[in-house]
Amino acid sequence: MFPKDFKYSREHEWVKIEGTKVRLGITHYAQDALGDVVFVELPEVGTEFAANDSIGVIESVKAVSDVYTPVSGKVVAINEALLDSPELVNEDPYGDGWIVEMEMSDTGELDNLMTAEEYQKFLKEEA
Amino acid sequence: MTEPLIFELSKPGRKAYSLPALDVPEKSLEDLLPEEELRQKDPAFPEVSEVDVVRHYTRLSQLNHGVDTGFYPLGSCTMKYNPKVNEDLARLPGFAHIHPYQQEETVQGALKIMYELNRYLSEITGMERFSLQPAAGAHGELTGLMIIKKYHKDRGDNRRTQVIVPDSAHGTNPASAAVCGYETVEIPSNDKGSIDIEALKEAVSDKTAALMLTNPNTIGLFEENIEEIAAIVHEAGGLLYYDGANMNAIMGIARPGDMGFDIVHLNLHKTFSTPHGGGGPGAGPVGVKDFLVPYLPNPLVEYDSANNRYYLDYDRPQSIGQTKAYYGNFGVAVKAYAYIMSVGGKGLKEVAENAVLNANYLMRKLSRYYHLPYDQTCMHEFIITPKPFKEKGIHTLDIAKRMLDFGYHPPTIYFPLIVDEAMMFEPTETESKETLDNFVKSMLQIARECEENPEIVKSAPHNTPVGRLDEVTAARKPDLKWDS
Repeated sequence: MFPKDFKYSREHEWVKIEGTKVRLGITHYAQDALGDVVFVELPEVGTEFAANDSIGVIESVKAVSDVYTPVSGKVVAINEALLDSPELVNEDPYGDGWIVEMEMSDTGELDNLMTAEEYQKFLKEEA
Repeated sequence: MTEPLIFELSKPGRKAYSLPALDVPEKSLEDLLPEEELRQKDPAFPEVSEVDVVRHYTRLSQLNHGVDTGFYPLGSCTMKYNPKVNEDLARLPGFAHIHPYQQEETVQGALKIMYELNRYLSEITGMERFSLQPAAGAHGELTGLMIIKKYHKDRGDNRRTQVIVPDSAHGTNPASAAVCGYETVEIPSNDKGSIDIEALKEAVSDKTAALMLTNPNTIGLFEENIEEIAAIVHEAGGLLYYDGANMNAIMGIARPGDMGFDIVHLNLHKTFSTPHGGGGPGAGPVGVKDFLVPYLPNPLVEYDSANNRYYLDYDRPQSIGQTKAYYGNFGVAVKAYAYIMSVGGKGLKEVAENAVLNANYLMRKLSRYYHLPYDQTCMHEFIITPKPFKEKGIHTLDIAKRMLDFGYHPPTIYFPLIVDEAMMFEPTETESKETLDNFVKSMLQIARECEENPEIVKSAPHNTPVGRLDEVTAARKPDLKWDS
């Protein structure tokens, strides 16, 4: 449910770290809470964001929600497949349902994020 | 039974009209229009007889659910019954057949109503002056924010780029702020569903243009710390904006102006007797405290007491300008005026009291079978969730769909976002105890079904013309055009 090598935010995003780059998406828990995703709005490649900025929007049959980046940096890739197939966020949140890739400006911000174990504990406390 | 599309009723050559013989020379379209303007193919209009048209649309209208057909506890929307007499009054020829460009002397009655309604709304909300121009609630919000923006600008204060909204806000609040060019800053609610005061203190700064708030809030609870909240925002140099969507709960009892709000909008179509939910027209008048009056949209209706004459004042150089053609949706203003006149000050207070009483009665009854996330006296609306049936795999959507089988419009679902699986009920003051009791019986039966026969709830609705719709495919792959 929660890949061990990823880091997690309190806003239910995951990041997969590759050097100074991260790939970012929403967690299995988040996609389940949102329900069937029907539209994803992505940022433009090259846009710079500060940590906790909203980088995009996910619309499900229930609600419209912001997607936040837990780290500062520049968008270097977006998952354009989501524009035609938003259901990938539900079907494969950690794989084909990724949202953006960012070049981090401060890798130290990763220390603020949770491990898979900590995130699971956080979910239990929230419930 | 489903109703075919009117295109499917079409038969070539069938008509619902008969035109008189042409008494001028006929000219072909080719003679009148350049070739590039002409259609290559005839449009696919349905060809049907008059009786086909009448029966088709009558049947469709009978498939509707409205306040005139049944209970409609759609939270946050105030779907109360509106007296029909107010419709009749708005359609009197002296109101319905006048033109906005008529000379002022010939429409003194209409101008008087606009002026007097402004005074009534000011009294009800504790404001100095109202503009009736905005066409609806969100338009009122935008107008209010434009006033806020111009106010700060005229003071030479250009740092204020942020508007603060609580996480329980109506979605239109941050949307209006964004349209007005503001950055929105969201602040969390505390475990009682109210604004987290410490978070607000941290959020305000010399960048704060305004805080947008509705009170009672979207959870149906009164912000008890409103005076402290107002003081925090004002000390930081920001203004306080009141989203009047929930005014039905406090009319005649509490006034936003007295709580410290500087600017309000009201939804006349919710609180003051205009049917809504069908696409309008509505009205979202904006009222302000005295220091903001110069910024209200142009024109304002003024009264010249020396000559006993009403007139439109355009000579207001600080105004943000016109936000809608002419003077607003005048027919809606007539209905609000008639409603306020007919129920009176005491009646408005009773409206609020009964709205709150009905909500609390229903909340206590339903909380026996459903989960009540905020267990305290509510205002005009409240939230319950189907948490007790989580193990059975029952979601809010299932219960909402099952209510259709009992002939009820469901509550607002999955809002506010801060409550998991929210179902938000607003019974309004116009419903009798019998209506509420019958509704409770149906909700009890649904609760029993959730325990004993969850499948019937999960596959609902069963008694409607069509069953559970595939909302996901409809949203992902919308098919909006009919092709033969």
